[in-house]
Order: sequence, then structure tokens, then C-alpha cells
Amino acid sequence: MYALKYDPQICAQCETCDCLMHCQYMDFELAEAKAEREKILTGQASKVLNDCVTCYACEEYCPADNHPFYQIVERQEEQGVLPVPTPITKQQLRMMQAQGTITPAAVNAPVINMCFFPMLTGCVRGPLYENASVIVGSDIFCNIMWLHFGKNSVIRERLPRMIDNIWNFYLKDSGVDELVCFHDECYGTYTRLAPAFGMKVPFRPVHLFEYLSARLDQLKNQIKPIGAKVAYQRPCSNRLVPETQHWVDDIFQKIGVERVERRYDRENALCCGQVFRAQQRDELADDIQQRNLDDMQQAGAAYCVFNCPACLFTLADAVAERGIFPILMSDLCQSALK
Amino acid sequence: MKELYRELATIVGPEYVSDQAEERYIYSMDPGTMPPAAPDLVVMPNSTEEVRRIMQAANRHRIPVVPLGAGLVLSGLSRALHGGIILDMKRMNRILEINEMSRYALVEAGASQGMLQAHLKKHHPGLKHSAPDAPPVATIAGNVSIHGSGHISHAHGFHSDMLNGLEVVLPTGEVVRIGSCATSDYWFARAPLPDLAGLFLGWAGTTGIITKLAIKLYPNHRFNDVGVFVSEDPELVPDILHRMTGTQMAEDITAWMTPKPDWARGFLHCNINYGANTKDELIWKRNLIRASVKDYIDRKIAGFMPLPSAMKAPFLDVPGRILTRFADVRKGGGFEYVGAIMPVELFPTAYHRGLEIAEQAAVSYSLGARVIGINHCMMFFYAYAFNRADDADVRRAQQALEETNRAVVDMGGIPWKAELPAQKEILRKMDPNMVALMTRIRAVLDPNGIMNPGNWEVD
Repeated sequence: MYALKYDPQICAQCETCDCLMHCQYMDFELAEAKAEREKILTGQASKVLNDCVTCYACEEYCPADNHPFYQIVERQEEQGVLPVPTPITKQQLRMMQAQGTITPAAVNAPVINMCFFPMLTGCVRGPLYENASVIVGSDIFCNIMWLHFGKNSVIRERLPRMIDNIWNFYLKDSGVDELVCFHDECYGTYTRLAPAFGMKVPFRPVHLFEYLSARLDQLKNQIKPIGAKVAYQRPCSNRLVPETQHWVDDIFQKIGVERVERRYDRENALCCGQVFRAQQRDELADDIQQRNLDDMQQAGAAYCVFNCPACLFTLADAVAERGIFPILMSDLCQSALK
Repeated sequence: MKELYRELATIVGPEYVSDQAEERYIYSMDPGTMPPAAPDLVVMPNSTEEVRRIMQAANRHRIPVVPLGAGLVLSGLSRALHGGIILDMKRMNRILEINEMSRYALVEAGASQGMLQAHLKKHHPGLKHSAPDAPPVATIAGNVSIHGSGHISHAHGFHSDMLNGLEVVLPTGEVVRIGSCATSDYWFARAPLPDLAGLFLGWAGTTGIITKLAIKLYPNHRFNDVGVFVSEDPELVPDILHRMTGTQMAEDITAWMTPKPDWARGFLHCNINYGANTKDELIWKRNLIRASVKDYIDRKIAGFMPLPSAMKAPFLDVPGRILTRFADVRKGGGFEYVGAIMPVELFPTAYHRGLEIAEQAAVSYSLGARVIGINHCMMFFYAYAFNRADDADVRRAQQALEETNRAVVDMGGIPWKAELPAQKEILRKMDPNMVALMTRIRAVLDPNGIMNPGNWEVD
């Protein structure tokens, strides 16, 4: 049921091992990377399973789109290599479980999916989201986070129900077939993760940035360019959908901000660090946060722009202490409107 | 009583003494389960001299006197069991001195935790005192006199350990100073003199009226953080606490176990609060604490919750508000707990017994513990919320409290600020010679037996 669409032959024949060779958190010589790959392929213990920080980036690095990261997670679970201590994982499983309180509701397009971030529904306001419906709650939680916990089984168990809930409680009877995903995680889930596990998604996911970009075009006359330098904190889940990256530049151009050139951006982006803390790797989290923030500061960013709420909650205080204004992409766009 | 009323009115002014039914009703109870016991009179003195004259009058008339701070003890210690006078100290709430260099505060007995906290924040931001997780109106003197504990008790012990000196009015009206203040203008320590403070600590107001006290103050760190270490096996907790306390990096270490919210049920959480003057120092402390439990982390059987700063905020609040919210979970304003002072190795037994009792009595519960000293002991609390307007709910909580007190004494712990039934349990097990000594001391200090009678008495 929901077998991972992963072709071991593709990996076995891969000469470059980009998945491991490009990793920002593990250093390999090519021969060593191939040896570890072989261990993973044959179900043996591999240091990769222990050392993987679950940053998702190898999904982007793989030229064959063969889902090396999902396969690592598959192996972690098979071999009981838990990235996070058991009690923490169990608690998170309970915190994030569906409460079963969803009720049918009529919605109208655009439908903004706020996943399980009820505290952010206030972001959906004003002309940017005119006539929008918002859906939110534990019963539509995308569940992609379990990739960080070595728990593909939970994704298999919970995600189909979430897809079903979104479709049957909201979209189907309202005659809406598009879902605007506020968060990269949801968009990545419905466009990449679910299909990789053979789950059918009956609606068309729309990335928030695609939606914002189109709305900014419609509201062009109301835009007052911000005229500031910004750093972008690319979230891990965007590694699943790198093709959406151009929207960031498009939006920045439309609202008149300059994306600073810095080391840890785009393909070289660093994780916010919160997952590392769950993995009890505080010193690694400290190190990458410091490097990341130093980089933003040295590049002269006045704003740090987030799309991932978890990244925002993790880094907002530290960013602000550097004199950089932390802000969600959606709110940055709001601030550009007269 | 009329004559005494007139005398008291002369001492404090007529507006600060009352024999009215509504006031006698209000002063007859606290938020706990103990049944009401109304005083005949309520009086609010404004100075040590007024307290002295009140005690002389009460002693002459042989009328019981019950000292009262904020009335938040919860275990009914400040009820007038034999009638008489409730001596409400709230007007004597002055902060008399803050000594920055020697780090102490001299306050009157009615000064509240919140007042001192606010005063320090405004005028001496580099200093703090150890506040209990009680509402800010709780008095400093009340908490010290019951051997309370607070948010730096891991580092510095019971609040009574932080006491530098006392001014006390004896039941017979003499004013006594104890500690360095007995021979010096400075209230810097109880040493090196004979330590008579113990005559007024843990006695539930049965030996005298504290009118002033000096407590130690501590550096108020600029940076503060908290880790929440989660495990599933109560048998591990004593060793986890032993390891963490052994680093001496934290100021406060508390455990909490609660059935709600659902994600917390069955897990054992240890909050480790620590502070520093620089961020580097803070991280250094965090790393040392983390290293002390690395073995558990490496075995994946325990770990720190990943908490963004917004989620840490409630755990950094002083006083903590989480338990206060639990206190109202049943609505109706009823809340009481057994705080059991016991060795840390009893944690697993205390935890299992608490669950059994709560389930048996079908009460809303929250369990937890605060480490006192470097794992020297803990205050394990069994908190029960109840609806005061629901008699059956009150009875269930009473039953759970009594059962818990018995269990605590049987397992080797001692109920803290014990209500009457718990006092009986303690006295049942107490060395008879200590009981006799307590009785003799009271007879010497209080020959007419007017001080909070009914408490610490052998049947």
C-alpha cells in the first residue's frame, strides 16, 4: 500500500551520487559516497542514516528525481534509526494528530490552505486575498513533517485522509478544484510527496507565490515599491519543488525589493535549524544559524523574508536581534500595497 | 470580645478592625478544601508597635490570634479554628531596604512577592528574589515561614534557607530580632549567632508574629533560557535530575506530569531553567546540562523538546502561570495540593501512587516536583482542582488529599504546610521526643496557648 516510487537501479547506476556529494551536512569522497549508497540500496547500516539531518535537499540534488531522501527515510524506519528521541517523536505524533472535528463547509475560490497554522490565518486579509476562503486545522494537516522523524509510515497512514478531507469537506461540493497552499510544505506534499507514494490528489495545488505573483499583477496600480534589501530564508520543503523558486524573484521585483546576493541562498540555502534541535543537535543548529544570520547581515539585508511558519518561529527573534526585520512573504506583499 | 474590639480599635483605628459577619465569613476560609472556621474579629495593624499592643491585649484576654498574609496557603492554616482574631498583615507591606552590595531585601511581613518583584525590576534590575509559583499577592513572609520554595530553589534551597533575619512579636508581646539584625544595623545573615529563626519557621504561626524579615537577593541574569527534557519512564527521573543538578548550571529544575493536554499524558517533563550574563555563557551552560544527560539522548529514550522562543515563554514566566490555569480547570475556584517534601529517589513511587490516587478518586490532577538544592530533596506536588460549588467534587478532592497525605508519610516523605489531617499523619510518625520538645517550646513562648491553636497539637 502506497509503495514509494523509487527505482534502485537508477541509484545503482548513478555515477555522480549528487544526493550525497552535494550534501551540506555530510562530507564524502565519491568512492565513499558510492559505498554508502550501496549500503542503503542493500538495506545495510549506513552512516548516512545516522547522520542525515533530514534537510530534504537531496531531493533537489538528484538529477533523476528518484527520491533519494524518501528512500533514506524509508531505510531509517526499517532499521529503527530514529533521527529524534522516541518520547519527542511520540509527543509530536499526538500533538499533530487529526482531531476529527472537521465539518463540511462551503468555500469559494481562492481557497487558501493554512494547514495546521491557525495562528496565521490573520495573514489572509485585504485586497491580496479578496473573497478568499481559508481552511485550517489538524484534519487537513499535510503531515510531511514525518520525513524529519524517520516516519514514512505515518505519512502513509495519515496523508490520504487529509487529502480526502480537503476534497470531500471543502472543495468537491463547492465546485472548487484549486487549492492555494500558503506553505511550501503543503505544496510539496500534494505535488511531489503524495504522488511519490502513489496517492492521488484530486485538486490542483497552487503555490502561494504563484498566487501572490498573479494578484500583484492585478493590483499593480496599488503597489508602492518598498525599496529595501531583503534576504530570503528558503525552507527545506521548497527542495521538493525548486521550480517554484523563480516566483520569489518575480515577487521581489514586483514589490520593489532587492534580494541580496549571499552565500546561503537558493541551492546553497541553510536550514532554519529547528529540526536539528529536535534531533538534539543544538551545536549544529547554533552553527548554521550563526552562519546564516551573519550572511544575511553582511549582505546588508533589512528584511528576512520567510515563507515557512516554522522557520519564522525559529529564527524571528534571532533575526530581529541582528536588526533585520523578520516577515512572511505574504505580509511583505501586503506592506507594498498602498 | 466587645472590650477587646474597643481596645483593638484604639490601637489600629476603628476602620481597621471588624467583627462584621461578611468579613468574618471572608476570613473563614482559603481556596482549599478545609471547612470554614470564622474568627470573631479581624484586625489589620500598620506597624510592629501596633502588633505588639495587639498581642499584649490578646494575651491578656487569652484570645486566639491567627496571623494571615495573603490567605493563599490553601491548606487552611490561617483559619481561626478556635475563633479569636485574624491578624491580617497586608497593611504592613513596606519594602524597607534593598542592599545592592550585600544582596538582601528587608521587608515588612505583609509585603507581597509581586511588590518586591516589581520594586526590584524598577529600581534594582540587576537583582531578583526567589518567587514561588503562586499569585503575586502571596506574601514573602508567609512563604518563608512555611519553608516555601521558588524559581531559584535548585540553586539556593528553600526560601527559609534564603532568610537573613527576622523581627518577631512573641505571643506575650515582646519584640525580638533574630539574626545579624539582633546586634547590627545590617540584616546580612543568621550566622554566626545562635539560630533562633527555626522557632518561627514551619510552625504554622503557632509561635509568634513575624513583622519584618530580610531575604537574600540574587543576580538577575540578562539572558534566560529553558530546556524541557522528556522521558517516559519514571524510574529514570531521579538519575536524570541527579545528573542535571550535578552540573550546578541551572537555577530551577521542575518536573511536570499532566493528563492534559493529550500530548503530555504519560510523559515526564523536566524543565531546566538557567540564566547567564552573556549569550555565550548561556550556551555554555546549556551544553553542560545537555552533556549530563547525553547517555539518555544517545539511547533515544529521552530528549529535549524542540521549542521556538514563543513556546518557551510560558516556561520562563516568574511566577509560572501554567499551574494557575490548571487550578481553574474545574471552575468554581477550588484548588489544593499536597506538596510533599521528600528525597528525589522516591520520585517513581510518588508518581505511581499519585496516579493511582487520582484515578481512584476520579479527580482532576496535575503532578509535578521542584528540586530543592543540588538534588538534596524535592517538593513533589499532587494538585487537585475542584469546583467549590459542587459538594461531591469537594469531597472527591478532600478524599484524594487525605489519601495522598497518608501515602506521602508512609513512603517516607513529609507533607509541606500540612493541613490538619496531614499534621495528624506527620505527628503519628514523628519522633515522640520531638513532639514533646515542640510542645515545651510552645508552652514557653505562648504560655496561654493563644497562637493559632489547633495546629501542631497532639490529640
